[in-house]
Amino acid sequence: MADTLKPEAPNPDTDAYAHESELEAHLQTKRMVINMGPSHPATHGTVRLKVELEGETIVKIDPEIGFLHRGFQKSCENVTWTQCLPYTDRLNYLSAMMNNFGFLNAVEKLIGLEIPERAQYIRVIGSELHRLTDHLTCVGATGLEMGGFAPFLLAMEFRELLHDRTAELTGARLTTSFGRVGGSNRDLPEGWVARVHKTLDQGLALLDEMEGLLTNNRIFVDRTKGTGVISAEDAIEYGYTGPALRACGVDYDIRKTKPYWVYDRFDFDIPLGEHGDNYDRYLVRLEEMRQSIRILRQAMDTIPAGPIIVDDWRIALPPKPEVYGTIEGVMSHFKLVMEGIQVPAGEVYDATEASNGELGWYLVSDGRGRPYKVHVRAPGFPVLAAVPHIIEGKMLADLIPTFDTINMIGGEVEQ
Amino acid sequence: MDRVSAQLPEAVADRYVDRTGGAWAVIHADSLPKVAAFLKNDPELEFKLFGSIDAVDRLHLAENDPRFEVVYFLYSLKRHEHVRLKVRVSEANPVVPTLVPLFRGANWWERLTFDFYGIRFDGHPDLRRILLYDEFEGHPLRKDYALRDRQPLIPERPIKDIFRGPGTSGLS
Repeated sequence: MADTLKPEAPNPDTDAYAHESELEAHLQTKRMVINMGPSHPATHGTVRLKVELEGETIVKIDPEIGFLHRGFQKSCENVTWTQCLPYTDRLNYLSAMMNNFGFLNAVEKLIGLEIPERAQYIRVIGSELHRLTDHLTCVGATGLEMGGFAPFLLAMEFRELLHDRTAELTGARLTTSFGRVGGSNRDLPEGWVARVHKTLDQGLALLDEMEGLLTNNRIFVDRTKGTGVISAEDAIEYGYTGPALRACGVDYDIRKTKPYWVYDRFDFDIPLGEHGDNYDRYLVRLEEMRQSIRILRQAMDTIPAGPIIVDDWRIALPPKPEVYGTIEGVMSHFKLVMEGIQVPAGEVYDATEASNGELGWYLVSDGRGRPYKVHVRAPGFPVLAAVPHIIEGKMLADLIPTFDTINMIGGEVEQ
Repeated sequence: MDRVSAQLPEAVADRYVDRTGGAWAVIHADSLPKVAAFLKNDPELEFKLFGSIDAVDRLHLAENDPRFEVVYFLYSLKRHEHVRLKVRVSEANPVVPTLVPLFRGANWWERLTFDFYGIRFDGHPDLRRILLYDEFEGHPLRKDYALRDRQPLIPERPIKDIFRGPGTSGLS
C-alpha cells in the first residue's frame, strides 16, 4: 500500500491520490431494510415500499398497498348505478372524467344503449382534457423529483388552465361526476369552445418550454435513460397497457384498435417508444399530450348540434318542466332517484383507454337498480405489480424515476 | 373459443355468448392451466396480455350453485380480442389452480381475489392479503359480509352521528 504511493507529495485533485483497487473496492455494508412511505412524496399516493438494500443496490422490494382502501366495490354494490359515479371519480382523481365515462360506457353496453352523437363528442372532449391534466401531472412530477422545479411549475400552469375549463364544463375541478347513463348531464357552456382553443394555444407554448427544459437536460436524461427498463414480453405478461406498454414499442391503444364513441373520426397518431425505459415513457406521454390537443381541436370544430342525452325516461331524468307539470314526469323522476335505473340482468366486460392504459369494467346486473358486482381493472395495478421485477438489482436512485413514469395512482390501485 | 373446444373438449364445461356479444367459456377448475397455456402459446391466438382476475359471489343470484365464479380476462395483441374464462368453485372447497407460472401478472390479482373472496389459488408462491391487513377476519366482498361491519385495528372513538359516522354499526 505505502510503497505504491509516489514519493513526491500526492495531488489530492487527481485519482492518483487513491490506489486503483481502492477506487473499485466494494463498499463495506450490511444488508438494511428501509421503509419508503406510506406517505413518501415520491410514491404518488400511499404506498409503503419495503426495500431491502445492499449498499445502494435494491436486493428485494415489496410494495405494500391498501392504505387508501375504501371498499370501492362493496360501496358500489349498495347504491344505484348512477350513484356509483362519484366513487369512480375517486379511482383516479387526476382524470376523473375518463373513469366516469368508462363506467358509463360499460353500463350503456349492458343496457344496449346508443348515446346521441353530441354526447359522444362531449365525452371525447372531456376525456382528452383529463388525459392532458393527468399526463401533465405525471411529467411535471417526474421533472420535479429529478430536481427541476421550473418544468413542474410550467406543467402546473397548463394544468390549472385546463382545470378552469373543466370547472366551467362540469362545475368541479377534480372530482367531476360528469356524464349520466345515456349521455351527458349538461351541454357545453356558451363560449366555452373558443376559450378552450385559447387555452390550448397557451398550453402548447408552456409545453414547448417544459420540453425544452427536460428533454435534453443532462441530469434528467442520465437518470431516466436506461433505468426502469422492462422488455415488451415481460410488460405484456404483466398486463401493462397504455403509455407504459407503448414505450416498449407495442402498438396497443383501444382508441385505435377498437374505437369507441367517435374516436375513429379523428386523425391522430399513437406514439411508440423503443426501449421501455423511463425516458421513453416520458417521451410517449409528451407526444400523447400533443395528440390529445389535436383530437380536442378536431372534436370541438366538428361537434354536431342535437340532444345530449337519450330521450327515454326509464334511463334519463325527464326535463324539469315535465317533472313539475305532469304526473308521468314526477313518477319517472321518483322511480329513477329512488330505485335507480333498471339495468337488465346480464354481464359485460368493457374497456376504454384511460390515461394510464386499459380501464376495464366487469359489471354484473341482477336486473335491479343496483349493481350486483362491479369489478374494475385499474391500469395502475399491473404496473405497480411489476415494480419488483423492474427494480430488483438496480440502484435505489432508479426507483424514483421508475415510480414517476409508471404513474401509479393510489386511488385506483387500492380501490 | 371454437379452437379451445376443438383442442380441449373435456376442459370446457359450458359456452355461451352474453347479451353484449362477449363470448364466455366455463372451464373445469383442474384444466384451467392447460386452457390458459393453450390460449397463450397457440400461434394463431396468442392471448398474452394479462387482463385481470376477479370473482363473483352468486349467493343472491337465481343460479347460485356452486357459489363462486372466478373470472379471467386475457387479451390478444395479435387478434385484438378479449377472451373471458370462468371457473366455478363451491363454497366448501374454493380452490383454483394458480396461473402464476404462466402469467407473472396473475400474482397480485390472485392475491386480491383471495383477499376479498377467500378463494385459494393452489400453487401460488405468496398467497397473502394484499389490500387488507393480516389481522382482518373474513372476506369483505362476500355477499354475507355485512356492509357496516367494522374491524378497526385501533379502537374508534364514539361519535354522535350513529348512522353515518365511523365507529358505529349503523344498526343501533
